[in-house]
Amino acid sequence: MIQVNGLTKDYGARRAIDNLSFDAEQGEIVGFLGPNGAGKTTTMRILTGYMPPTDGTAIVAGYDIVEESLEVRKRVGYLPETVPLYDDMTAVEYLKFMAELRRIPNADDRAFETLEMVNLAERANSYIGNFSKGMRQRVGLAQALIHRPEVIILDEPTIGLDPAQVVEIRNVIREIGKDRTVLLSTHILSEAQQICDRVLIINKGKIVAEDTPENLQSRLAGSQRVLLHVRGETDDLSAKVSKVKGVRDVETKDDGSVEFEFSAGQAVRPQVAKAVIQAGFDLLEMRPIGLSLEEIFLELTRENTGGKKAS
Amino acid sequence: MRNIWTIAKREYDHYFISPIAYVVAFMILLTIGIIFAINLYYYIQNAFQSFGSTPDVTPITGAFGFLLVLSIPALTMRLLADEARMGTLELLLTAPVRDFELVAGKWLGGLLFILSILAVTLIYPILLNGIVIGNFTIIPQLVTPGIDRQLMFSSYLGVILAAASFLALGVGISAVFTNQIAAFFVTLSTFVFLWWLIGFPANVLQGTSGEVFRYLSMQTHFYEAFNSGRIYLTDIIYFVSLIALGLFTGTTAVEIRRWS
Repeated sequence: MIQVNGLTKDYGARRAIDNLSFDAEQGEIVGFLGPNGAGKTTTMRILTGYMPPTDGTAIVAGYDIVEESLEVRKRVGYLPETVPLYDDMTAVEYLKFMAELRRIPNADDRAFETLEMVNLAERANSYIGNFSKGMRQRVGLAQALIHRPEVIILDEPTIGLDPAQVVEIRNVIREIGKDRTVLLSTHILSEAQQICDRVLIINKGKIVAEDTPENLQSRLAGSQRVLLHVRGETDDLSAKVSKVKGVRDVETKDDGSVEFEFSAGQAVRPQVAKAVIQAGFDLLEMRPIGLSLEEIFLELTRENTGGKKAS
Repeated sequence: MRNIWTIAKREYDHYFISPIAYVVAFMILLTIGIIFAINLYYYIQNAFQSFGSTPDVTPITGAFGFLLVLSIPALTMRLLADEARMGTLELLLTAPVRDFELVAGKWLGGLLFILSILAVTLIYPILLNGIVIGNFTIIPQLVTPGIDRQLMFSSYLGVILAAASFLALGVGISAVFTNQIAAFFVTLSTFVFLWWLIGFPANVLQGTSGEVFRYLSMQTHFYEAFNSGRIYLTDIIYFVSLIALGLFTGTTAVEIRRWS
């Protein structure tokens, strides 16, 4: 559905994306993960026909993005990062306008159906200007779905939403991603983990890693870090923990809790728990600390400079 | 073509909720109304003399043309500049719409709005001319046998062509600037230049160069041709060229925006 081959874009002297290549199949939700300025938006804008690339080609829904831009645009739904809405229109007027631009017969019915898909049917006749951020995001999503496109490209679809709204939008995306190709960008790792079948990590215009979220994490999490919290005096806690086989890098925090690391795959945690309890401590909490996106990036850039090829 | 119509329709609707559009419509109609009242007063005065001016629509259409210079920049400044600011340009540029269709749609929407205001001024020729169907007089005629209808047709055509040209240039300039205020002032200066300034060298220079400036001045084509009851191909070509220039500028500006 999406085949990107050697895509490059220069803004003046600055290279925004550099020789980018990847594929996405039908029914696949692909996550584009990267920090701000990594080239996510630029790539999406090129794939949606907003701007031409400096070099390279891409085939989206069977058409070349440069040669047959209009054909591509007919088959792609796009939600830009700044949700493009007309505040002076009602939700249904706006969707009807988009449906007419896309030559959909019975634009009225389609607008209502699409609002139902994003759970906004009861606000169909309210002005978009009065909508909350979450509702605006949903109208934007509805606009991207109005023509039931084969390929859906969403730029940061959950940014700025409250947790409940995030869950809601994610559910909608998962639902629509069942039989279409979805490419979405995010800088939240857990989001990519929850909804994407595959994740592309992009940094400075290059893909630095490409894998399923599970593989990516286990590969990166070569060692796991755990936080330990106990009641009472904690003076010799770190000493006791250090004695357990496999534990390394023990660190006592200011609040008395202890952090330690062990190699992934080893059954170290039960041993630690036993040791703590035998030493007479009341074990309150023991939980893994996930690697944050920043750490993953550091990890990946380190891998790259080390000469080892990621992906 | 259907895309042009879809965009024009949305633009036209937008004018009716925009305060600027109401201010513009109010200003134009108030000024035209006052001019009509003053002219009517003179007609009545003159009617008692053996010779005098005959009532016609040229004071109204002439004033309308002048008011376009001041009002169209306010109507066009936001057309594309605002879309770019709100991020909705990205929506339109990734929809299956050609750049030209977008620009032409914006232009047509503005033209329809101006035509709506112009339609309101038709009440004045109706008052002057009266409405007589067969033997029934619905509104009595002010002059017999009514006003010069050919003159009325040509002067209204002149207003429509001038409005269409100004709007095309306004849309073109609005596509170049991301800032509405910048778009407004550049549009206004362009109109002032085309309407007044370019005519001055025509009065000073002799021969061909004077003729060239004379041809470029919009007043020549507006007042001396259409508003005087003359319809010539050269004048129509002048306005059509301006429309083409404006729409071409707009389309090119949108294309350039894609590349940067």
